[in-house]
Amino acid sequence: MKLQQATRYAIWAAVETASRPGELVSAGDLAAKFGVSQHHLAKVLRTLALAKIVSSTRGPAGGCMFIADPRRLTLYDIVSLFESDWWNSENGVREGKGTTVADEVSRVLREIDRITSATLRSVTIQTLINNAARRRRREAAEKAGAGPSAQAEALEAAAKAAGG
Amino acid sequence: MSILAKSQAAEIQIGPAALEDVPRVIEIDAKITGEAKAEFWYSFFSGQGSNPKRSFLVARDEGRVVGYIIGTVRAWEFGSPPSGWIHAVGVDPTARKAGVGTKLFNEMVEFLRGAGANTIRTMLHIDDHLLMSFFRTHGMAAGPFVELEMSAEQT
Ligand SMILES: CC(C)(COP(=O)(O)OP(=O)(O)OC[C@H]1O[C@@H](n2cnc3c(N)ncnc32)[C@H](O)[C@@H]1OP(=O)(O)O)[C@@H](O)C(=O)NCCC(=O)NCCS
Repeated sequence: MKLQQATRYAIWAAVETASRPGELVSAGDLAAKFGVSQHHLAKVLRTLALAKIVSSTRGPAGGCMFIADPRRLTLYDIVSLFESDWWNSENGVREGKGTTVADEVSRVLREIDRITSATLRSVTIQTLINNAARRRRREAAEKAGAGPSAQAEALEAAAKAAGG
Repeated sequence: MSILAKSQAAEIQIGPAALEDVPRVIEIDAKITGEAKAEFWYSFFSGQGSNPKRSFLVARDEGRVVGYIIGTVRAWEFGSPPSGWIHAVGVDPTARKAGVGTKLFNEMVEFLRGAGANTIRTMLHIDDHLLMSFFRTHGMAAGPFVELEMSAEQT
């Protein structure tokens, strides 16, 4: 499954703002962090604001703040805002319908769609944040395999990275 | 709506199931799945005594059972090295969203790890998004095995 650029930006923006609760994050900040165009990102943020996932404030001190529940908002919720019929591989396909071969191929495609949908519906923004933190801790611990003081240092660095 | 506040979860005790807990586990499971499977629960309970690689845990709130979890370490089934299987987990609907499921899960992972598992595994219905979400929150994700099945009826 290939996500459109806007969908990817939206997921990144949701995860980044959700990991900074209560903070007004500027579009410029987000764009710089991910190395993407601020113009494209602003469009994405408007859609997220309409869906009440972030609140947005205009002006020089403006920015956006995550206002949804990160433990309930799933990837599915975000993806379906931007991709209208991704979950139905055969949407609009008419030819071949009713023939045994076409029906068998349809069955396989439905199997794939079902797995994709279940995966997106069960991954919450909080899960993405938690998994990223877990990975940082694991990597820090691996790097610091050398000794206890180096390990403490690496963990501290990971905690700092998680905060910022 | 949960009758347990998050802070109350601290009072929840996790421990091995006793024979007298089994009817309550059957009741909670039946509330969740709509089916009372007495034979299954009693047989898992009795098999557990003789098998150090199996565990049946319950969560108690002031002595009352509000949740359960069962797991086993199995080796070389499906060609897989020793891995810890979580067969079932359930929390009474009146005691949810207060951390009971998390406590049960963490205790079970500890047990399975101690019993030699390098991987923790479970299987669940593809449309059970709540349960899938719960397991994913704790770091689980799709692994390298896929379940395949077909109807056993003759065609
Ligand atoms: C899944 C289940 C065990 C969770 O128990 P619980 O005590 O409510 O879980 P917790 O309070 O520890 O929740 C842990 C995390 O799981 C996720 N979760 C729990 N309930 C959720 C819900 N309704 N929607 C989305 N995520 C949820 C959340 O991420 C939650 O973290 P949070 O409390 O920080 O939001 C419980 O809902 C249950 O028994 N469901 C039925 C299970 C079942 O079908 N069993 C039979 C087949 S094995």
